[in-house]
Amino acid sequence: MKIKQISVFLENKKGRLFEALKAIAEKNINIRALSIADTSEFGILRMIVDNPEEAKNALEEAGFTTKISNVVAIGVKDKPGGLAEVLEHLFKADINVEYVYAFVEKSGEQAVVVLRTNHLDKTIDLLKVHGIKLLSWEDILAL
Amino acid sequence: MFWNREVETMPQEILKELQLQRLKEVVKRAYERVPFYRKKFEEVGLKPQDIKTLEDIKYIPFTSKAELREVYPFGIFAVPLSEIVEIHSSSGTTGKPVVAGYTKGDLELWGEVMARCLTMIEITKEDIVQIAYGYGLFTGGLGFHYGALKIGATIVPASAGNTRRQIELMRDFGTTFLACTPSYALYLAEYAKEEIGIEPSLLKLKAGSFGAEMWTEEMRKEIEKRFGLKAYNVYGLTEIIGPGVAHECTEQAGLHVWEDHFYIEIVDPETGEVLPEGTRGELVITTLTREGMPMLRFRTRDITSIIKGECPCGRTVRRIDRIRGRTDDMIKVRGVMLFPYQIEQAILEVQGVEPHYQIVITRPQYLDEIEVQVEVSKETFSDEIKVLENLRKKLEKRIEQTTGIRVKVTLVEPKSIPRSEGKAKRVIDKRKLTD
Ligand SMILES: [Zn+2]
Repeated sequence: MKIKQISVFLENKKGRLFEALKAIAEKNINIRALSIADTSEFGILRMIVDNPEEAKNALEEAGFTTKISNVVAIGVKDKPGGLAEVLEHLFKADINVEYVYAFVEKSGEQAVVVLRTNHLDKTIDLLKVHGIKLLSWEDILAL
Repeated sequence: MFWNREVETMPQEILKELQLQRLKEVVKRAYERVPFYRKKFEEVGLKPQDIKTLEDIKYIPFTSKAELREVYPFGIFAVPLSEIVEIHSSSGTTGKPVVAGYTKGDLELWGEVMARCLTMIEITKEDIVQIAYGYGLFTGGLGFHYGALKIGATIVPASAGNTRRQIELMRDFGTTFLACTPSYALYLAEYAKEEIGIEPSLLKLKAGSFGAEMWTEEMRKEIEKRFGLKAYNVYGLTEIIGPGVAHECTEQAGLHVWEDHFYIEIVDPETGEVLPEGTRGELVITTLTREGMPMLRFRTRDITSIIKGECPCGRTVRRIDRIRGRTDDMIKVRGVMLFPYQIEQAILEVQGVEPHYQIVITRPQYLDEIEVQVEVSKETFSDEIKVLENLRKKLEKRIEQTTGIRVKVTLVEPKSIPRSEGKAKRVIDKRKLTD
């Protein structure tokens, strides 16, 4: 139930985000979800794409430092409190959330939340126990 | 292995006698034949016969690079130009260049000391020696060439640059020994892997001599790991002879100086006072046997120390530490002396960071600010801000511990710091020091 995410190191310099996205677009790789975390000096671009390995090659060819890591993606009902409930379960189980970002599915019925925690396996088990819908790679590709 | 066992293992007392005898000769020759030296001697009221012991060398005035520029081009030569068979010159980026003239005997000497260096690290006539130092006025290329020629190795005179070709030559010829600058060695390794798809450790290289710029133990480990070779420090300078003044043996614990030809002292860079063995200071060299261009107490501006004690390799000629800095690289920041190598050392101690960095000094108002830009490598990159921030802070802390100066570390994308094919530009000083 782990999903591969690709992240890219970006200097806070004009045009770097554009360059990174261009490198991916040129290989016809589709981006399913994207988030940017940044400080005043650098940023990390995180993406769920339909072909992470190819995206990695394209980005490295363009001179970027990249990393592929595992995350979990869950479907949360697009109603108030949906995400809060998930986070509460994790908090109670003493699991730290490293980062989280979300996007709304095309149909608008559910939000997809991408999560990275310090214990990914434990997170998956816990969420399953609580009946929270984990998205598979196929689910992601179908989005 | 020894090229000249008798000299390389000569007892220190006999060596000192030989040095004294040669010192007296070179002083006499310089005084009689080079007006530049005669004038300097007369200014301090010194006569060649006043030099009776090796310690008396301290009475001889220093020779500086600036003075050599004043007598450009041939004012330091001790023989008629017809006796000079080759000329080299150091780059004139900071004024007039310095010219070095070699007699036939000097070239013979150069080959001899370089042959000792190569044999010391087990390079023989069986080896394929690729020289990626520049050939030409720069002494690097031809210095290694003469040494390799003397031992009868197969020479590949590739000269500097043309990186793709260098790697193809190494692969196709089965090069076993490489000579170039350390930063170029790293660049070669990176280029081989990234641009040509050749794994550098699969090349046949077994050893390399790297010099002409400052580098660290960590860079040595990096070069050794990437190429699977043993990396050695070589030392030399145009004013003295070029490469071959000193070189590490297989112990990799300091560079043996060929003391039968080069007399070394360590002095305080500010006062000129001679410092004892083991103390760090500026290296001063006197050539004992050069014919074309005798050099008396030349201020090298290189910071090192003489290593105490004997080397396990059996050589009795003393060793100097790897070059720790240049007196001209000393950056005075907020009144404190700082050497780029200190910052390099600190970065490399913090695990996993590739040795690519740049130091930028600015003075936005009245206070100097130092920014150290460090490239983020595959190994250090993380998808978590926290981890990168920690790395940045760790670097800042380590640099402050090593230098005593607070700096700002910025993480930058790979390859955003220019790679050089020659000497790496590590410091960018943007201060306006006109006032
Ligand atoms: Zn030794």
